[in-house]
Amino acid sequence: MKALQLSDELKVWIPRIEKIARDYGLDFFPTIFEMVTYEQMNMLASFEGFPVRYRHWKWGMEYERLAKSYAYGLHKIYELVINTNPCYAYLLEGNSMTDHKLVVGHVYAHCDFFKNNSWYSRTNRKMLDEMANHAAKLARIGERYGFERVEKFIDRCLSIDNLIDPYLPHIVRRAQVSEEDDEDFVPEVKRIPARSYMDRYINPDDEIQRRKDKLVREHEERKNRFPVEPERDLMLFLLEHAPLDRWQRQVLAIIRDEAYYFVPQRMTKIMNEGWASYWHSKIMTQDVCDDTNIIDFAHVHSGTMAMSPTNINPYKIGLELFRDIEDRWNKGRFGLDYERCSSMREKASWDKRLGLGREKIFQVRKIYNDVMFIDEFLTPEFAEEQKFFAYGYNRKNDTWEIKTREFHTVKKQLINQLTNGGQPVIMVEDGNYKNRGELLLWHKFDGQDLKPDYASDTLRNIVAIWSRPCHIRTLIDGKSVIWSHDGERFEESHPA
Amino acid sequence: MTQRIDSDQRRFKDIVRGKIRDNLRRYISQGELIGKQGKDLVSIPVPQIDIPRFRFGQRNNGGVGQGDGEPGDPVGQGDGEGDGSGREAGDKPGDHALEVDITMEDLAQILGQELELPKIQPRGQEKIESKRVKFTGIRPVGPESLRHFRRTFRRALRRQISSGLYNPKNPVIIPIREDFRYRSFKEDTKPHYNAVIIYMMDVSGSMGDEQKEIVRIESFWIDTWLRSQYKGIESRYIIHDAAAKEVDRETFFRTKESGGTMISSAYKLCWDIIRKDYPSGEWNIYPFHFSDGDNWSADDTMQCVKLLREQIIPNSNVFCYGQVESPYGSGQFIKDLRVHFRGDEDVITSEVKNKDAIVQSIKDFLGKGR
Repeated sequence: MKALQLSDELKVWIPRIEKIARDYGLDFFPTIFEMVTYEQMNMLASFEGFPVRYRHWKWGMEYERLAKSYAYGLHKIYELVINTNPCYAYLLEGNSMTDHKLVVGHVYAHCDFFKNNSWYSRTNRKMLDEMANHAAKLARIGERYGFERVEKFIDRCLSIDNLIDPYLPHIVRRAQVSEEDDEDFVPEVKRIPARSYMDRYINPDDEIQRRKDKLVREHEERKNRFPVEPERDLMLFLLEHAPLDRWQRQVLAIIRDEAYYFVPQRMTKIMNEGWASYWHSKIMTQDVCDDTNIIDFAHVHSGTMAMSPTNINPYKIGLELFRDIEDRWNKGRFGLDYERCSSMREKASWDKRLGLGREKIFQVRKIYNDVMFIDEFLTPEFAEEQKFFAYGYNRKNDTWEIKTREFHTVKKQLINQLTNGGQPVIMVEDGNYKNRGELLLWHKFDGQDLKPDYASDTLRNIVAIWSRPCHIRTLIDGKSVIWSHDGERFEESHPA
Repeated sequence: MTQRIDSDQRRFKDIVRGKIRDNLRRYISQGELIGKQGKDLVSIPVPQIDIPRFRFGQRNNGGVGQGDGEPGDPVGQGDGEGDGSGREAGDKPGDHALEVDITMEDLAQILGQELELPKIQPRGQEKIESKRVKFTGIRPVGPESLRHFRRTFRRALRRQISSGLYNPKNPVIIPIREDFRYRSFKEDTKPHYNAVIIYMMDVSGSMGDEQKEIVRIESFWIDTWLRSQYKGIESRYIIHDAAAKEVDRETFFRTKESGGTMISSAYKLCWDIIRKDYPSGEWNIYPFHFSDGDNWSADDTMQCVKLLREQIIPNSNVFCYGQVESPYGSGQFIKDLRVHFRGDEDVITSEVKNKDAIVQSIKDFLGKGR
């Protein structure tokens, strides 16, 4: 891809803004800016930011969607930045100089976030090369085994690329406990505390023995279980245990690799955009804009901050929450004293002049992710100020309606929405289900039903990889069901 | 500009076309495309095009929004399924679908490939259709908007050099009146074939809603195909019971009369229209008639045959008669036609028993390439 020239004015402004950002304490990898046309921008966005991806129709589908929506004026991508070292950022040709400056400030804050947020600490910073390698590797496999065959297999792998363990990169597993230990298994049954003369009535021997037997039985069962504990990374499980050809294993490993790369982005959408918006706004209003372009800035900035009745805008709540945290830590509005204070008036004018705000937000950007961020810092006052509400479906009118503005409900709903990136948590429960080598998955139910049509097609894809029937255990309308697919047919059964 | 993503986009379009082709018979017999037709695009629900993943159904989940409003205020419309309908439409296992837009031209192409329809050999002379302006030359006079800058500049430069007015140190070129050159254009006319489809339908009491739905679906696909074959195409609509009248498209599919049936009335009107508006030397004419096969009397049938043989058929590319089965009709008319026009290539008859038979019927009508 051939990028366009940066204008002379931009060549002056980029290092200037870089210096401003560094003076604020932002700390980022070297960042390379490139100017691209809207077509290139749409392509890059379809490729999830990377100039080279493996050949696949799904990029084409996304590109069609973007091209159409751009043509109708429904969206415009101002900026793209990728988490690599050095960082690459793309500016859109035809934007005004004010837009570009805003974007540059925004990008530096993103880069700071990539470099410092701990959830990104395990990502491959050479992903640009890695993606290109993947593309070349998949192209070679395609040439050798047939393009359509490989494409079909890629489709199947993509179908489960959300079934991975977001925490896996951060866990150092302990060595497996050796098998011998099993011999020494001593079941321990909890006894209800009782005086010695009562003990034999409260903890009767036969009951204790019954429980012991049960524990031993469970232990035996667990020993024979496969996997021993439910596993979250289905892709890894298949990679290790599915009967695949070498090339299929390679493809699956590549898709899994790329899926893991994008996990931190999914976990920190609100914080990342909030952080970037916080800094572009600070840099633009304090250091860059003068009377001639402050209005232009305000216009673009307010566009990115629009609220929606059916969605939360990560830019908006991220930015506001960072500002709120800064303000609270500046004034000392945290801790026991503040929370226990029952006088509204005292609370409203609470200001201990601690000035810890800036330090606090840098700490927050280092160690939090979206769920923790919302869980810890969302206050009732903030939710009210931001006009949050929870909405739900009304069957009678066929509309979505505001349900409540009650703080705990709203917060719970929001956290639900963010947990696991809004994706269901699914575990591998049994790789030898019914003792027939079938695969049983388990949907860890958290109040939200799975969509059956998608589930059915996903199961069919897993069957094609596992090569035996697959099942998933979940709840629908509060009732336990097992959905099964044998590659031909989908079935629903109700376990006892 | 070529980009790396072009091949992915092409591949995606191919996949969409393939899926549509695979499901074409279903689209045809269910008639689900008709309501979704725009001017040049039709939006098609294509099954299993995006990548399926385990995901949450929206309905029982809701979400968080921001803004004003009281509890109970609506924030968005549902998907059109009210109370009591149970699960949402796309909520049945098996087929998750995505709406994709494709052009009518592509759709016709797919139809042609799938049903193996031959290209139509137009008849008659090509009629003049459009004038196109083409820039073909250069002339010394013309409007400023068509000034040819490079030619003008070159002439001025040449003149200044040859007359010694050119100074390389100060290369100023000043064109004078004689230097100016303008683009000149020619009107280009492109001849092509014109065509008209004349739809006739029996709207007497014996034609029920299902029969009309079949006609509606079939006419949609006939339109789609013929439009891809001819550049300028017109459609006319005639309804009849015991008497015939010309109506617009909307009325055509909505009208329900109760009277008896005299098919000859429609054929008479059809012939009037042809004679008046479509001189057959210049037009490709496609009369389509749909009925349940019930006619008033044998006399009237004889009159129909006479009209067809002497007037309509000699002036048309082909005459198509589609008979939809209804519980009331006798179904006699198609037998009569077959007897009278045995072996005649200019008459195509087709029986449409139900929606599944539409595909075959389209193939009957259009498969001859006339």
